[in-house]
Amino acid sequence: MEPILEVRDLVKDYPGHRALSGISLSIPQGSFFSLLGPSGCGKTTTLRLVAGFEEPSSGEVRIKGEVVNHRKPYERNVSTVFQSYALFPHLTARGNVEFGLKRHGMSDIEKRVAEAITLVGLLGKEIRKPAQLSGGERQRVALARSLVLAPDVLLLDEPLAALDPKLRKQMRSELKAMQRRVGITFLLVTHDQEEALSMSDQLAVMNEGHVEQVGSPEDIYLRPRTKFVAGFLGAVNWIEGIGIRPESTRIGREAENHGAKSFPALVTDSVFLGDCFQVIVRMASGEEAVAQVHRSSPVFQRGESVHISWNPSDEISVA
Amino acid sequence: MKLRTWFVLPTWVWMAGLFAAPFAIILAYSFLTRGDYGGVEQPWTLENYQRLFDRLYLIILLRSFAMASVATVLCLILAFPVALFISQAPRRKNLYLQLVMLPFWTSFLVRTYAWLFLLRDTGLINTFLEKIGIIHSPLPLLYNSGAVLLGLVYGYLPFMVLPIYATLERLDPSLPEAAADLGARPWTTLFRVIVPLSRSGIIAGAVLVFIPCLGTYLTSDLLGGGRTVLVGNLVQSQFTTARDWPFGSAVSMLLMLLVTLLVWGFLRRESEQLS
Repeated sequence: MEPILEVRDLVKDYPGHRALSGISLSIPQGSFFSLLGPSGCGKTTTLRLVAGFEEPSSGEVRIKGEVVNHRKPYERNVSTVFQSYALFPHLTARGNVEFGLKRHGMSDIEKRVAEAITLVGLLGKEIRKPAQLSGGERQRVALARSLVLAPDVLLLDEPLAALDPKLRKQMRSELKAMQRRVGITFLLVTHDQEEALSMSDQLAVMNEGHVEQVGSPEDIYLRPRTKFVAGFLGAVNWIEGIGIRPESTRIGREAENHGAKSFPALVTDSVFLGDCFQVIVRMASGEEAVAQVHRSSPVFQRGESVHISWNPSDEISVA
Repeated sequence: MKLRTWFVLPTWVWMAGLFAAPFAIILAYSFLTRGDYGGVEQPWTLENYQRLFDRLYLIILLRSFAMASVATVLCLILAFPVALFISQAPRRKNLYLQLVMLPFWTSFLVRTYAWLFLLRDTGLINTFLEKIGIIHSPLPLLYNSGAVLLGLVYGYLPFMVLPIYATLERLDPSLPEAAADLGARPWTTLFRVIVPLSRSGIIAGAVLVFIPCLGTYLTSDLLGGGRTVLVGNLVQSQFTTARDWPFGSAVSMLLMLLVTLLVWGFLRRESEQLS
């Protein structure tokens, strides 16, 4: 199937530095796609180039197969949910949602607005101004304002970053559900790996202006191709060049047999995290490793001699 | 006395000595009778206020309001693009702001005289146009309402630019982007988003321009040549040539009252809109 959004060899130079050094991505219609990476990796720049706020230095942005490099934001059928939401403070929630519809000269505006407001669960708050809404409600207005236009691609720039942690987790599943319901392609930018893993059909991990790896969340987490991807997606113990996730690392007083790999180590610290203990050990080689241990398992004391073990099938091998 | 009381004391002295006291004096004068050689005499009277309802004076008042209103609107039209330009300039913002404020480095009187040299029959503009043969007799550029308006707009333009700039500078840059993103073309973004959101700056600028324009007498005197009598000139002439201090005081009081009511009503409507 033809991808709804495609970028090819996209380069963006700013005076004195290169923000994007030739990235290529292909985003399937109706998918939830995330760009994941640390700040300054070029993910937001990519989003801004797709939205049309900036023009690429070279390369192409294609929407539905058409090159849109030089089209202004108002000439592209994509819509952005800004990190700050960028709601118009002088307009009510309804005024914000209507804004785009009016610009496009749509018919039955009232009906569409009502649908969008219902979809995001803002019924009864239509006449409030952004200043009278909570952070979560503002974000819903921002979503409604964009979704009501039925864009080819909805661009979300760190949409959950401004919410408090509890609300953030709730909004993750809501966003995902909303995306399934409306069937619009979502392109999400985030630096939060949990967010990217839990919501995306596919994600691209970016670093220093290029794409490190593209794949499904399982793929990326279980089979990272670079050390950067492995480390960015979660903690990794690097033992003699082999990567192993803390949750796959076991710890015991005896070495394990039956095909598992085992190394002797000393416990240097043990941290209680509520649902588990994080036991930090040092091996004879001086390398440190972290094991996640269920809280019902025996408690390890600092200075205790132990063995850490794992199954070779859980190993991460990177280029 | 507490330290903080000492800190505000100069302000109180200033306000009492240079605002409240003169205000009280003018208020008192406006109810007294004129002296033969200026000054004021007993008895107390309301006559000065009754004279204000003379058609002649009402016309002057109306003309002043009209002139100040037109000057304010022209300032707004000219100042907004300037303020927008400066606020969006990627570099040299301070330089542009300095340029806006540059005229303040010279006395207002000198600058108004400079306009005389530009606009009079043998001035720069007429001489130039005659030299290149576009006109054969000088254009009447001076001593009319147009010249006064020009002088007012020129003189008070910075007072409109600066407050508008201040609000535009604070505008979240993602708002115009969001408007474009939602399908608004640049003009729509300007009138639906940027202008409404710079409302407070526009109002501050309008007040800063309108009030001094309403009370102006120097500009209308020099550039209007005494032909465009505004309320400021009326007050001035009552205290000088006409030697009618009580009537001059009454005109001043009326002017002050109207401005206060106007600004108060305006600001109240504004704060209601905000809540």
